[in-house]
Amino acid sequence: MELVLSEDQELLAKTAIDFVRTRSPVSRMRALRDAQDPIGFSRTLWKEMAELGWVGILIPEAYGGANMGLADLVVVLEALGRTLAPEPFLSTILLGGQLLTQAGSEEQKQAWLPGIASGDKILTVAYQEARSRYDLNRVATKAEQQSGSWVLSGEKIQVLDGHTADALIVSARTAGGQNDQDGITLFLIPRDTPGLTVTRQQRIDDRAVALVSLDSVKVGAGSLLGPLGGGFEILSQVVDRATVGLCAEMLGGMSQIFDDTLNYLKTRQQFGALIGTFQALKHRAARLFMEIELARSSVMAAARAADAGDKDWESLISLAKARGSDTFLLAANEGVQMHGGIGMTDEHDAGFYLKRARVAEMTFGDAAWHRERWATLHKY
Amino acid sequence: MADLEKFRAETRRWLSDNAPPSIKGTTLGLGEGNWGGRKATYPNPDMKAWLNVMAARGWTAPEWPAQYGGGGLSKAEAKVLRDEMAALKLPAPLVGFGLTMIGPTLLEYGTEDQKQEHLSKIIRGDIRWCQGYSEPGSGSDLASLQTRAVLQGDYYVINGQKIWTSYANYSDWMFMLVRTDPQAPKHEGITFILMDMASPGVETRPIKLISGSSPFCETFLTDVQVPAKNVVFKVNHGWTVAKALLNHERTMIASAFGSGTGRRQTIGDYARKYVDFEGERIADTTLRTRMTQYEMDALAFKLTSDRARDAAKAGLPPGSESSMFKIYGTELNQRRQELLGSIAGPQALGWEGSGFEEQELSQTRDWLRSRGNTIEGGTSEVQLNIIAKRVLGLPD
Ligand SMILES: Cc1cc2nc3c(=O)[nH]c(=O)nc-3n(C[C@H](O)[C@H](O)[C@H](O)COP(=O)(O)OP(=O)(O)OC[C@H]3O[C@@H](n4cnc5c(N)ncnc54)[C@H](O)[C@@H]3O)c2cc1C
Repeated sequence: MELVLSEDQELLAKTAIDFVRTRSPVSRMRALRDAQDPIGFSRTLWKEMAELGWVGILIPEAYGGANMGLADLVVVLEALGRTLAPEPFLSTILLGGQLLTQAGSEEQKQAWLPGIASGDKILTVAYQEARSRYDLNRVATKAEQQSGSWVLSGEKIQVLDGHTADALIVSARTAGGQNDQDGITLFLIPRDTPGLTVTRQQRIDDRAVALVSLDSVKVGAGSLLGPLGGGFEILSQVVDRATVGLCAEMLGGMSQIFDDTLNYLKTRQQFGALIGTFQALKHRAARLFMEIELARSSVMAAARAADAGDKDWESLISLAKARGSDTFLLAANEGVQMHGGIGMTDEHDAGFYLKRARVAEMTFGDAAWHRERWATLHKY
Repeated sequence: MADLEKFRAETRRWLSDNAPPSIKGTTLGLGEGNWGGRKATYPNPDMKAWLNVMAARGWTAPEWPAQYGGGGLSKAEAKVLRDEMAALKLPAPLVGFGLTMIGPTLLEYGTEDQKQEHLSKIIRGDIRWCQGYSEPGSGSDLASLQTRAVLQGDYYVINGQKIWTSYANYSDWMFMLVRTDPQAPKHEGITFILMDMASPGVETRPIKLISGSSPFCETFLTDVQVPAKNVVFKVNHGWTVAKALLNHERTMIASAFGSGTGRRQTIGDYARKYVDFEGERIADTTLRTRMTQYEMDALAFKLTSDRARDAAKAGLPPGSESSMFKIYGTELNQRRQELLGSIAGPQALGWEGSGFEEQELSQTRDWLRSRGNTIEGGTSEVQLNIIAKRVLGLPD
């Protein structure tokens, strides 16, 4: 495994950073929030990202994608993370698109993947419940068979882009007890299916998420995604890969708030001196720099290991997410602190990074959860 | 790539043909390695034989130019050599400040005569070097050093005192910093010079550490005559050379302590001997969390070292990373040593004598010794200053 960007990746990174700088500054995300935008991201920009080839990076060529790897996609996600771009990579590409690619039938792939790659269709996965915390096996939503159809009932929380998705992939229990890994099945359900209600939720980071309630939602056998009762396995693998993508976004976020903080240390004066001359702040900045460097190595390694299917990929992903969670939060906390009062204001961007750090920390398992998983994998 | 694979196959064959069987599987840590020099002793004569075959190929200094007796390998080939040595569990044939500090510095700043005179002796392990930087009044503020060198004809006459000189009593030569212009601003009156330790007027006195061993000395210099041709780079421009060497030193310390090379035992193995397990898991959840946190940080650090190495291989310019690796690597080693002691519990409290195993006693001494890791080679605080200034561009 070579922990260095290829020439193509260097180019991709440069394009992405230029794009973000001109087309997607943080002010864009702020404007979406201020306007309480009903979509929560920009469809125009999403189309542009599709035209640039980013949306299709992970999608196989047969369905209009580029069939590249996570190691390529993370480069783009890091750039977007720098300015907190809210476009639906997590929901549509890393979760929905990947589930379809890994487990979908030929018919399902034909029906959805080309539309996703072109930036026209939005897809999401409804897996989280009020009491499931970070465990994908804790599924209370039920699916029962009734004369050739499946009937689903239950509630899913904070479903990414749930209110705009054309379809949702829902995890539901078809057998077993509430925490069993076996007996979970995935269903691909169009959003306009009767009985499915989607309510927008407001979260601290202002990403578009929704409460999804399923009240006797009736779907045909053709909406099963993957094997009956075997949804946990597939979902775990896809969430693991999606975690790498999220970590890349977090890396971008922590790098940007750190850059902003450094910039402040070099411009703000107190006691007749730049505050960056104070050693108490210098040393904290230097330590933060090191932590971010280690986070970067972990993300690069996890992406490459996942692409290659290395045997230690799961533990590298837990490494990246545990470190990413801790370090993004640290960078955001230090960012607010070192900005003083201005860092506490809504007018300043530091708070956006803090809020996103907290949400990202609690998406796909927090640091403690991933350390515990690492310990289990290593028999500690 | 094909060439590299061919090189790998040849290297593997050559190593297994030429490494004496008795040294296989004896991967040693830095402190225990073969430091060479006139005063070297070889309890296992095969270690000397191993040094000789490797030195004959220049593989004690794989990346140095062949014209001075080095291996002339590319970075990629040198990595193959390291990997193959690790796979066969072969110890480094030679370690020390010659290979890691003064050698690379002479390659950059030495005259042709100096390279000819010193490099091959380093490669063969004939001469052992020590570092005369620190003085009683000049540690972190190294540039305030007072040891005087006055030119008299073809010689400098040197008077002063060095301190914390690691292994001065076992070394044959010293590279050191002396003040040649006391009137100039402190960074501009310093000269970097090479001195034979056998010169009249050099006296070393070992100092005992908290760990009980005496790896360093006070070095007294009284009217020592050193040929003027032993000045490296230019007179009064020694600070430039000094900084370059410190960079090599930090890299050496970081790789020795942080990367986990040469480890015979994981902390997991150690825990299995001392603490209770419930099934496969460590029963004490607090200890488990500490161990996990350490292992994960160590892995992230290793990946970062790998990344820096891959970037160098790809021809990207080095950042000022050596300070980061120095801080993080040494702190990891300290955490590791403390953790090993916590795992062993009261068995980690022995100094010597009965009731303690050899391994426990040496681990305890290693823990004590590790406290010096964040001091030697420039303290962590000084490294943080360097990162703040050189990497982050924060104002003075
Ligand atoms: C095991 C060991 C081996 C060594 N081997 C050698 C050797 O072979 N050759 C050699 O020349 N030297 C050697 N040294 C010396 C070493 O380089 C010095 O000890 C080190 O540079 C610190 O200097 P000092 O001991 O004078 O401490 P001081 O400089 O007096 O530092 C005391 C404390 O003040 C802090 N401090 C100082 N300046 C600042 C600042 N600007 N900002 C913030 N904090 C600061 C330090 O970090 C430290 O915590 C060795 C040291 C050890 C422990």
